Formats: sequence, C-alpha cells, structure tokens
Amino acid sequence: MSTATTTTATGTGTGTSGVRSWKNPIILSVVALFCLVVFALGAPGNSVTFRLSEADDAIVLPSLVVSAPIIGWVCTLVMLALAVLAVVRTRAGVRTPTWVPAVFAVLFFIAFLTWVVGSARTPNVALYGLLAGSVTLAVPLIFGSLSGVLCERSGVVNIAIEGQLLFGAFAAAVAASLSGSAFVGLVAAAAAGVLVSLVLAVFSIRYVVNQVIVGVVLNVLVSGLTGFLFSAVLSEDSQRWNSPPRLPVIRIPFLADIPIIGPILFEQTIVGYLMYVAVAVVYVALYHSRWGLRTRAVGEHPKAADTLGVNVNRRRFVNVLLAGVVAGVGGSFFTLVAVSGFGKDMTAGQGYIALAALIFGRWNPIGAFFAALLFGFATNLSNVLSLLGTPVPDQFLRMLPYVVTVFAVAGLVGRSRAPGASGIPYIKG
Amino acid sequence: MSPQEDNRVPPGTGATTPPTRRQARQSDRKDEVRTEKAAETADGALPPPAAAAPEPETASQTLLQRIMTGNALVAFLSVVLSLILGGLLIAVTDPAVGRASSYFFTRPQDTLGAAWSAASNAYIALFQGSVINVRGTSFTSVIYPLTQTLTVATPLICAGLGVALAFRAGLFNIGAQGQILIGATFAAWVGFTLHLPAGLHLLLVVLAGMVGGAIWAGLVGLLKARTGAHEVILTIMFNYIATNLVLYFLSTSAFQRPGSTNPISPQLDGTAVYPLLLGPAFRLHWGFVVAVVATVFVWWLLNRSTIGFELRAVGANASAARTAGISVSKGYILAMAIAGALAGLAGVAQVSGTEKVLTSGVAASFGFDAITVALLGRSSPWGTFAAGILFGAFRAGGVTMQASTGTSIDIVLVVQSLIVLFIAAPPLVRALFRLPVPGAVGKGSTTPRTPASTGAAA
Amino acid sequence: MKLELIGITKRFGSLVANDHIDLVVEPGQVHSLLGENGAGKSTLMNVLYGLYDPSEGEIRVDDEPVVFKGPADAMAAGIGMVHQHFMLVPVFTVAENVALGNETTKAGGLLNLARTRERIREISDQYGFAVDPDAVVEDLPVGVQQRVEIIKALVRDAEVLILDEPTAVLTPRETDELLGIMGQLTADGKSIVFISHKLREVKAVSDVITVIRRGKVVGTAEPSASTTELASLMVGRSVSLTLDKAPATPGEASFRVRDLVVQAANGQRVVDGLSFDVSQGEILAVAGVQGNGQTELTEAILGLQDHVSGSITLDGVELVGRSVKDIIRAGVGFVPEDRSVEGLVGSFTVAENLVLNRYDDAAFARGLSMSPAAIRKNAEEKIEEFDIRTQSASSAAGTLSGGNQQKVVMARELSRPLKLFIASQPTRGVDVGSIEFLHRRIVAERDGGTPVIIVSTELDEVLELADRIAVLYRGRFMGIVPGTVSRDVLGLMMAGMPADEALAQAHDVQGGDL
Repeated sequence: MSTATTTTATGTGTGTSGVRSWKNPIILSVVALFCLVVFALGAPGNSVTFRLSEADDAIVLPSLVVSAPIIGWVCTLVMLALAVLAVVRTRAGVRTPTWVPAVFAVLFFIAFLTWVVGSARTPNVALYGLLAGSVTLAVPLIFGSLSGVLCERSGVVNIAIEGQLLFGAFAAAVAASLSGSAFVGLVAAAAAGVLVSLVLAVFSIRYVVNQVIVGVVLNVLVSGLTGFLFSAVLSEDSQRWNSPPRLPVIRIPFLADIPIIGPILFEQTIVGYLMYVAVAVVYVALYHSRWGLRTRAVGEHPKAADTLGVNVNRRRFVNVLLAGVVAGVGGSFFTLVAVSGFGKDMTAGQGYIALAALIFGRWNPIGAFFAALLFGFATNLSNVLSLLGTPVPDQFLRMLPYVVTVFAVAGLVGRSRAPGASGIPYIKG
Repeated sequence: MSPQEDNRVPPGTGATTPPTRRQARQSDRKDEVRTEKAAETADGALPPPAAAAPEPETASQTLLQRIMTGNALVAFLSVVLSLILGGLLIAVTDPAVGRASSYFFTRPQDTLGAAWSAASNAYIALFQGSVINVRGTSFTSVIYPLTQTLTVATPLICAGLGVALAFRAGLFNIGAQGQILIGATFAAWVGFTLHLPAGLHLLLVVLAGMVGGAIWAGLVGLLKARTGAHEVILTIMFNYIATNLVLYFLSTSAFQRPGSTNPISPQLDGTAVYPLLLGPAFRLHWGFVVAVVATVFVWWLLNRSTIGFELRAVGANASAARTAGISVSKGYILAMAIAGALAGLAGVAQVSGTEKVLTSGVAASFGFDAITVALLGRSSPWGTFAAGILFGAFRAGGVTMQASTGTSIDIVLVVQSLIVLFIAAPPLVRALFRLPVPGAVGKGSTTPRTPASTGAAA
Repeated sequence: MKLELIGITKRFGSLVANDHIDLVVEPGQVHSLLGENGAGKSTLMNVLYGLYDPSEGEIRVDDEPVVFKGPADAMAAGIGMVHQHFMLVPVFTVAENVALGNETTKAGGLLNLARTRERIREISDQYGFAVDPDAVVEDLPVGVQQRVEIIKALVRDAEVLILDEPTAVLTPRETDELLGIMGQLTADGKSIVFISHKLREVKAVSDVITVIRRGKVVGTAEPSASTTELASLMVGRSVSLTLDKAPATPGEASFRVRDLVVQAANGQRVVDGLSFDVSQGEILAVAGVQGNGQTELTEAILGLQDHVSGSITLDGVELVGRSVKDIIRAGVGFVPEDRSVEGLVGSFTVAENLVLNRYDDAAFARGLSMSPAAIRKNAEEKIEEFDIRTQSASSAAGTLSGGNQQKVVMARELSRPLKLFIASQPTRGVDVGSIEFLHRRIVAERDGGTPVIIVSTELDEVLELADRIAVLYRGRFMGIVPGTVSRDVLGLMMAGMPADEALAQAHDVQGGDL
C-alpha cells in the first residue's frame, strides 16, 4: 500500500523546469557594468592605504597598500564573469548557484571601498578603526533587531523598536544619574523597554488594535513623553537627573591585543558583550529549544499551535515583553556608552534602521546581526569619509541602509519571507 | 472549519416545506432578519472565522472596520481621558507641585492646588493659543489664535487625507513625511527657480508639489504592486531616503541659497506663495481653502466616483476586486499616487504658505501627525478634516502654552498619541468609564462588529 | 476508551449551533457524524476538542465527567483530531510539527528531535505510512500531510480520533487508503469519529451513524440504511436527488480551448495541454479531486492567471492575454469557487456587490461619477428576482448567510447577457433550499443558449447538472464522457485512469463501492 501511495503522492511535484527568473542575471549584469564604468574605468590612479593597527598597539601590523586601478579592474572583471555565468545558467534553465551573488557582493564591497577611499583627498584609512566603529554603531541596531526578531517570530509586528530604544536610553540616563550606578541604569533601561512592550502587547494582543498603528503611535508617545520630561525635569537640574556615569570598558588581557578583531570582541562595555551573548542565545533558543519551536509555530501558524495546546496569545505576550528587555538594554547604549546623558530624540531613527536590519537579515538573529553590522559600517564609513573628503555625498551613504532594505523587501536582493502570521492578531475560535 | 459551516447556521433558509412560496418567503424574511442579527452578534462574540481568517486582507479590513465604526462617545471620552493624563503629567513635573509635595502630609491641599493650577494654566494657555484669546484687545487679536490653528491644520489635513485615502485602499501609508518633503522640494524648486507671472506661477508650484508627492508615493505603490513588498516597510524607508535626498539637494548649487553653506534654499518668489486669506494681520493663507477643496474632492472620489469604488474594493477585498476585473496593481499605484499628491499639497502649504523656503525640516513632523489625524478621523474625509483642525489647535496652542507657562510643547505629542491609542481600543475606554458594552458579551467580545457599510463613512 | 457527549449545547450570542446533542462513541468503533454543511458538526467537534467551551452539557470519558479547558486537556484525555484544514506549520519539518506542544527536551530546554523522529518511524512502519520525519511539510502532497496529522494524534496516544471531512482533499484511491487505515486503527482498539456529508463513504466505514441537522441530533442509522433514507434524514425532508431538466439541445460550439497550459509560479504545469469545446446550450461539468488544476483552468479563462499559453476563443475572439475586465465585457459570467474571498466584498453593501464588476457601465456611472440611485434600483430588482434574503440593499454582504451570498454572486453574473457562464463549486456550503434554486438558474441559463461550464468536486452535483463531464487529473483531462456515465467510471477517472480504460474496467467490476 505504501508504495502505491508514494507514487500518487509525489505526482504534484513533477515538471519544474518552467518559469525562468531573469531577475538575478539582470541585476548582476547591471551592477557589473556600473562597476566597470565607476570602479574600473573611473578608478583613481593612486594607491590606497588601509592601516591595520595603531603604531602603539601591542602587535603592529604593516599597512595594506593597494593600487586602486588594479583592485578596481580585477574585481570588476570577476564580477562581469559572474554575471555572464548567471546569464548562461539562466538561459540554460539551470538555477544560478547561491555562492555567485555572495561572492559578487563581497567583490563589490572591496571594489567600492577601494574606489571610495582612493578617490578621497587623503587615500588613507584606518581599517581597524572603521571596523571597530561599525561594531560600536551597530550595537543598538543589533539589540533593536533582536527585539524585532523576538516579536515578529511570534507574530507581532514591532514598529515600536524606536520607542523601546529611546525609552531605554532615557530610563538608563535618569536611573544611573539618580543612583550613581551605571548598572542600575542598565536594569532601568530593560524595565523601560518592557514598559513600552507592555503597552504594545496590551493594545495589540488584548485589544487587537492593529500592530502597526500601536507601534507607530507608541514611537510618537515615547518621543513626546521623553521630550516633555527632558525639558520639564532633566534640563531643569541636569546635574541631578541627567549626568549618568558611563559603563566601564572591560578589556580582556591579551585577547584584546589581537589586531583588528581584538578590540571588536574583547574590549567592550558590558552592553557590548551582552550584545554578542544575546545574538547567540536568541539564535540557539529560536532554532533549538522548546521555547523557540513554539515561538516559531505561533508566528507561522498560530491556529496549529493552539490545537496542540500552545497558548498563542500568552506566548506572544511574553515574547513581546522579552523583546522589551532586549531593546531596552540596547537603548542604554546611547546614554551609558556612547555619550553620557540623554538628549531629545537621541535615537534619531535607529529603531527604524534596526527594523530594516531585521528584514534584510530575514528575521534570523544571525542575519539581523550581519545586516546591522553592514548598516553600522555604512554609517561609520560616511562619518569617516566626510573627514577624508570624498566624491560620494555622505547623504548617499546614510541612505544606504534604507535603500538596501527597499531592495530586500522588493525581492531584488534575495528573498525575504516574513513569518506567516506576522501582523495578524490571533483570535481564538 | 469553514466559516460558513457552523457559525452562521441559517434557520429560515433551511428545510421548511412551504405551502406556497410567497407565504414562506414572508415568514422566512422575518426569521431571516433575526438570524442575520444572530449571525452578526455571533461574529462579534466569537471572532468569526470569516472575519479573522489569517490573510492579509482581513487584517487591514479589521483595521478599516475599527477606524470607521468606533462611536462618537468613545472618541470624545478618549480625548478627555488623554487630556486628563496629559494634565497629570504636567502637574507631576511642575516645580511648584514638587515643592508643595514635600509637605504633602501636613497640607495636602497645597499640593493638589498647585497641581490643579499647573495643569489648568497650561490648558488655558493652550486654549487661548488655539481658539480665542480672551485677553485680546482687538477683534484681530481675539480671533488670531483660531486663524493660527487653521494655518497649522492646513498641512495636517492635506497629508491626513493622503493617509486616509491610502487606508481606504488597504494601504498603510506611513510615508506622508517623505512625500511632504519631496512635494515641498518640487514646489520650492519651481517657486524659486522659475520666474513667472502671478497666478500661473503659483499654479505650477502647486502642481509641482502634487507631482513630487505623487511620484514618491507612486513608487511605493509600484513596488508593492510589482513585487508584493510591504508598504509599511517601504514607506518608512522612503521617509529616510527622502530626508537624505533633500539634504543632498540642499548641498547642490541648484538648491542652495547663493552665498550660503547652510542647507537652506533661496526664498520663493512672491508670485509663488499662497496669498494671505484674511489680509496681512493673519498668517492664514489660501492653502487652507485648497485643503477644504481637497477634502470635498476626496469625499467625492471615495464615495461617488468609479475610481473610489475600485480603490475601496481593492482595500476591502483584493481578490474579489481582481475577480471583478478591477486591477489591484493599478489600484495600489493610483491610491498611493493620489495619497502622495495630497501629501505634496501639504508640502506646498509649508513652502508656499508658511515657511517660504526649503529646508530639510520643512515637513516638521506633519507626516507622522498625519497618521494620527487619519486614524482619529477614522479615515473618512470629513473626519480627517475635523481631526486635522483639532491637532492643528493642539500645535498652535502648544506654542503659546510653551511661551506663557513654560510647559513643553512635547506634551501635545503625548496627548495626541494617547488619543489615538484610546480610540483604537474602544473596549478599554468603555471599561475605564464603566460603559455598557454594545452587542453581545462573550469570548473575545473585544473584536469589532461588522460595519454597516464602508461607503457610509463621511 | 468510551466517550460520551451528554446534552452538549453551544450558543454564539443568540445563535444555537449545537442544541442538546447526545453522542456515545464506543471503543473500536467508527462513529460517523453525518450532516449538511452548517449543521453544526464542526462546532460539536471543536467543543469536544476543547477549542470551544460548551454552553451546556457534559463530556464523559469512561463514565467520568471531564472538562476540557483547551486542546491540551482533550489530548491528555486521549482525544486526537485531524482538522479539515490541516493544522500543520508549513515551514516546519514533519518531526518539528509532530514535536510541537509535545516536545522532548535535553538539558537546558534544548529540543531532542531524535526521539520524535524515532516515534514517527515506529508509527509510520506500524501503519505503512512512509513518512520521512525530516521532510518539510509544505513540500508534501496533501495525502501525506494528512498522515502527518494522524501521526501527531497517535504520538500523543490518542484513543479517540476525530477526522473532520478527511476525504474532501483526497482522490478516490487515497480515500480508499484512508478508509483502510481507519480499519487498522479500530482493529487496534482505537475509536474514530468520522465527520462527513458524503453518504457513500459514511455507509462504507461506519459502525454507527448519527445524523445532525440544524444543530440537533435528528436520528441514528445503521450503515445498511439506504442512501435516500440517509439523505432525507440529513436534509429533513424527502429529497429528489435529481433535477428536472430537459435534454440539452447543443448549438454551435462557440467556446473553444486549444492546448491550454497554465504554469504555477514555480514552473509546474498545473493545467497541462487542455483542448475542448463547449457548445451553446450545453453544460460541461469539470469533475476531479480538489487541486488538480480546476482553479487554474477557470482563472485562466477569466484572465486571472499569469503564465498561460495556448488559445481560448469565445465566438472566435481570442481571450488569452486580455485583461479580466475585457473578458468580463466580452460576456463571460464567472462564479468563483470561494465566494466570500473572490466573489464578494464582505464590507460592501449588497447593492454595491451586485454591480461589483459593472460599476462603470453606462447604466451605473456617467464618466467617473457613479449613480447611487441606479445602483440601488438594480439591487432592489435583483433581490426580488433572486429571492435574496437580506434586511435591505444597503446591508453589508458579509452579514448574509452562505446561500444568500451565493445568490448575490449569481444574480450579478446572470443579470447581463452572457456568451459563456462559468461557475466553480456553485453550491459549496449552501443550504439545500438554495441549492435547488441555484441549480435551476444554471439550467435556465443553459436553456437560454449560453455555453455553461460547471466545476465541482461533488460528484452528485456533477451528475445532476452535466450534459457532458470532463475529468481533470493533474492538469489533464482523463477524457470527456456523457453526463449519464456511472459514478464508478468517474471515480476511476478521478484517480487518473483514462476514460476508455475506466469504462472498460467499470464494466468488469460492477458494483464497486466508490
């Protein structure tokens, strides 16, 4: 009987040659041609210096000096070859292997970096600083997008990341100032994130208000509330309310001396270390624990989870609160690590970039981590380049996260598939 | 379990064996009406598989239903509740209250009195700054606040209409901010670059603003239609792209004021700005009349035109619209383009009405406020108009309040967002005020009831 | 395990979905619940499975009263349910789906899927399921997905298995296999509650049949009861299973399809080279198990499908490549298979829905400006003519009962001159009173000289309406046979046997069950 069934069963899967997608080859070709014009033909004639370490570091590495035209041409030619490969494969009706776009992206990145630094007035950049700065800038983004992962994986859209970060930053500043302890600030930040989450959860889960509406309105509410308190209380006596101590940088001996990655991994504040821990924990928990299995089920097909005895709305509620903890801690970065003190609307849209990172990272903690790093890098690069004097207006670099996200959701770069039930309230019945 | 299967058992239509058809029909009709009611309450009581089926359309449908079926009482109470909460916040943070509270247990009335005067003074200032200035010495100075309210309301109404219209087509347009900016950029460029006769110049400025907004929003519609990308994400990203784009423009020679290195454009020509509506004593300009016309137009478009029928059908049930020969892609693009054009009008109201120059901050936060305006107005054109005026009053009054009592204008944001939150959750407001719950009570009675008709808004 | 339902009543507001229902399921029995769509079967099972709280009544397991606060309680008591729409997370593997809610964990709350995989293999071997624990569910055919659902119940040591309309998505052959599995399960001492409205299947497998009508138990029957007996019990009056219709007088073959291929987004040929004609004044019924290309076929005719090749002509005019609007204007009337999703805008008024695809006709709009008065007048006429039971023309269509919603769709489509009429599942979820009415209108349209295509998965409906029957199987026609063909032949064709072989085989084995 079983053999008979299998033959009937597999039937629906036959005949998959059909509708070819020319999307990838076309995009690769267009980008490769763009590189040909800009990075290869338009390459600056000089060489580019990438400094790999400070002169007074424990381990000093020699600087990397490369010729801009050579890098430009080599990368472009390989990219053109990859584009041709994609065209040929598609014409033959075969799928382009996934490593092609990946390698393409890396080459593009190298060619771009060489070109943009090479075209600057001072073609000399500290690569270690560029990377370390990117990670620093990415810390709140990573916390924010992890908050998004926790919510959206269980089926609640979290537009309120911005509000969570901002309220976390505010609470951290106030609590740390009042108590004189940065760690109290850290805890307060987590609590503040939970508070924002609580409103999100109550309104979107209990009262079934559209999740996007609640998120958008919450951001306005937090911005108004912190802005109001900032001018009514904090600026009245900033010595008392708004002069938090900073979190100390904890340097792990020897490991922190490793060139380039040392400072990134082993010379961070507790928030920085927590960030790495959070990414790992969320990843493992999401894909390898009972909690994660249930969370994903609730986000994909809540009714199925319900019929198996999983309490959908309770799980969503708890996850949204957990997300508040994560984003709140991320918010503390602004006032306990980056600068010492709260400023009005100081998160400046970072929550939305975190949302972008979440989507570009395909709702996966690791993906979101790298997406946030990329966005942090873009921001940092624009800061560095504006000092070096660059042909690319820094507004375009600042736009990068948003443009990349538009491409990602439009399916031009990879395919983003949101959790099946994300944004849809679950009503039992 | 299929929706129709068990929750809408239709007695009446079932297996009666009628003596004659006519008779049966009459008796059944009565029966049927009862059943319909039953089915309706059942829907409300047990979030009906039909209405809550897990598909994107229904999510936006519930949203629409929610926006359009909340009742006036809940709206009023939401405003009151938000004002009370805002007042508490003002009172708690007031320094005089703080001083009095240090001896609260000996003389509590001092604390309460200080709290009352802090909040009431702020609100009185807010009222005087937005409606009538009772201490005004001339008619002009008495009604000046009201005209200020209308001036501030103008961009809110225009952009709010854009958000509302997109809502009705099932699109969540968070992008009014970017659309205002791009619209303002187009309008401003025409305004200070071309030098044309009066009338024609302003007309072109208005058109350019609308085209700018329409292109920016239309792009989102196009991306959504072609690739299925979610418009919430797209519009958020487009807002930030727009901000950076405008900053870039303002660093180029085409836009930057000659001789300046600041990101600010030259002044618009005198022929390119809205004439003042009530003479030079007031800042109210013809942009407000444009906003009124826009409201009438959107009402007609949504409720009386074939385009509106298409947009509403796409918004309420895209698959049914598709099957009925209505192009969903066209609907998305058109809805966004019109929404963008309306937001563009808001941009024109800023550059041609009040600011007269282009800066990256020309849109202020009108784009985000527009969302709350549309939500408060339940996405109906006249509701949006009224909500625009209310929030305009908050903003205009907030400025006066900040100046006279030192209460930060940010309190307005708090009150505004609280209003929208409460209005979106009528059961919460009813519970807080111990109001009776309409319809049946049961499991999950918090869900909205089916609206009588989407066409009945406005 | 013995399961009893005593006086179960479930109300939604003032609507009584279950009215004092008593039911006893003995161990090792197949107990069928027979009833029309909307009779209250699914509500009853949702009560039994803990998804709804009963308003009144009691559930007893082995004579002990139990209260189920949720599905977890029901499962713990040994009740498992296979839902009509599978409750499987599509992006999960089989093992993840089976583990969900019943996870075995290692230290630190980490999942131990190895144990689950082992259990799946055990059960799979025991019953001959051939299910791979690591396959992703969305890649599996429906028949296999159904087995995953059964495994889910068995892993939780279910003693009573509720199968809710399990055969709706299966081919006759898969159905036979399922019935076989049910036999194995009852042989193991498990009991089965089998919910269906298909008389033949119910008769084939049941030990006891309980018939439910309008929320009440109206009787029990032995499997040996005749089909007409069961049908009249289910419907509440004697039903004539046949419709009075004159023989067709086909005219010119004005609708022609040649080499029609429809590809799904993944490239699969879901309609695979169909060629057929439909003449004026004839009904062609397209039969087949759900998901064999029917949806895509009808949508391709209306212009709703993207990747279509071949030719579709109506009165010599090519339709492929034209917009839906053009095709509707060319005179194609279309009743979609899921009216609440594709046929109606639930929040629009009945009046608006009655002009949903004609709102811009000269009759209802001048230029861009619509005429509410004309739309209202049209609605009043149609409500009268089609006997649509609604409070008023301005009620939201979503508040109407299923049958009346379908009448709105039919009224809209049939009230303009048509050159082709297509109806998918015209009576799915519709009460019997309305079914007869709708069938009469369809035949009337045929008699008016319109070519008619009916797509239905219900053999009864196909046999009742069809002048000719085409059977779709994996996107291809197994043949086009006269409307008088026997059920057995259709059953074989639906399982993928070409018409000539099916005719020959059915001739040999007279009296096969399905």
